[in-house]
Amino acid sequence: MSGSNPSAAILPLELVDLTFEVSGRRLVDGISARLEAGSRTLILGTNGAGKSLTLRLAHGLLEPTAGSVRWCGPGAADATRRQAMVFEQTVLLRRSAAANVEYPLAARGVDRQTRRARVAEVLARTGLTALAGRPARVLSAGERQRLSLARAWALEPEVLFLDEPTASLDPSATRAVEDLILTIGASDTKIVMTSHDLAQARRLADEVWFLHAGNLLERASAQAFFERPESEKGRAFLRGELLW
Amino acid sequence: MNEVSEGFRTAFSMLVGLDPQLVEIVALSLRVTLSALAIACVIGFPVGGALALLRFPGRRVLAVIFDALMGFPPVVAGLLVYLLLSRGGPGGSLGWLFTPKAMVVVQVVIIAPIIVALSRRVMVDLWEEYEEQLRSLGVGPGRAILTLLWDGRFSLLTTVLAGFGRAIAEVGGVIIVGGNIAHVTRVMTTAIALETSRGDLALALALGIILMVLSLLVNGTATLASSAARNAG
Repeated sequence: MSGSNPSAAILPLELVDLTFEVSGRRLVDGISARLEAGSRTLILGTNGAGKSLTLRLAHGLLEPTAGSVRWCGPGAADATRRQAMVFEQTVLLRRSAAANVEYPLAARGVDRQTRRARVAEVLARTGLTALAGRPARVLSAGERQRLSLARAWALEPEVLFLDEPTASLDPSATRAVEDLILTIGASDTKIVMTSHDLAQARRLADEVWFLHAGNLLERASAQAFFERPESEKGRAFLRGELLW
Repeated sequence: MNEVSEGFRTAFSMLVGLDPQLVEIVALSLRVTLSALAIACVIGFPVGGALALLRFPGRRVLAVIFDALMGFPPVVAGLLVYLLLSRGGPGGSLGWLFTPKAMVVVQVVIIAPIIVALSRRVMVDLWEEYEEQLRSLGVGPGRAILTLLWDGRFSLLTTVLAGFGRAIAEVGGVIIVGGNIAHVTRVMTTAIALETSRGDLALALALGIILMVLSLLVNGTATLASSAARNAG
């Protein structure tokens, strides 16, 4: 699979004082940070830390109450088409696995011959070729999540947002999905992923953002965060204490 | 009692022998109803989809109005279409009054709100599930509506069958604008009403049996469609 064209990169992404309120309650509270190309970024935190909201705000699914999301690369005008997102609860269309992968390509006007070739390529690389004709909604949870990743990967996104993609999977399916994430990350796609699983973060993260109660408390390399967390909440999280 | 049993006997012989009068009435009924159903679906699905997906001022009011119109009295629909198509009305120049075209119009008026309201509900449920994913994939409203129509096809088939059932069994509206003219606008329901009042039970019974069979087929198909919808996830 060919990577994205670096000359039209949409990254870096700048979050500037990003805020999201519901009924006067700040669920994301003035996050400012910059996402660069290359590394895999894991957004860590407990439930309710604001991880999924931050991801949705960055992806453009939600409008911030205050602050902004800025794509700063030369291809910023094409940012919407150059990113994709996979959700914790997979949403698959009521059609075959192959048709699910083909759907967004058709929506983006890719011609039929190119679509079919890309679908075959992506299904092969995700190990789903044998399931191509199977109704997507009868697949196992792990297969469904791999199919969601395949559908997103088919778009050759420069940035792939993953919202707790293994939260409801067993260890074997989690392993398969993590391997796939590593493969996608190695193909010029920036991975930005949320998780509350420390072990998973150790396996996948190059960079860690640690969120608590809507605030970005730490942003560091994975090694620095796991060895020398700077915030008290971060240290408590790593010790496995219950945060609220 | 003899009269009734004689009526049944004659009715069955008309059915088995494909009595030309019977066939003509059934064919016209199906032609009018299927035409009205096709037009109502062409209007109703996009409107139902737009009400489900798009956010615009008055959307909720429109949804409530279409829900209420599901119970629109057919005779009132007939009266309105009569006024519309009568010589002095805005559509008088078309010359459609007392023709099958007028009957199609009145059936569209009766069943389009059913198609709109029921398809909106199907698509609201699906949209709740699909919205984030389709927006994330960059799918616009037009393609999103087409996607919901396709993915909700089994549930929507039930909607279509509900419209068919309502239209084929309708009598008040079509008799006002059609006039129940033999060989021109006489359909099953109006023929049953007429023949019963005349005491000619055989034709009325034969038509009644066909209506019942159609109703059973429609309900059976609706049940199968619902089951298919559940299996499709």
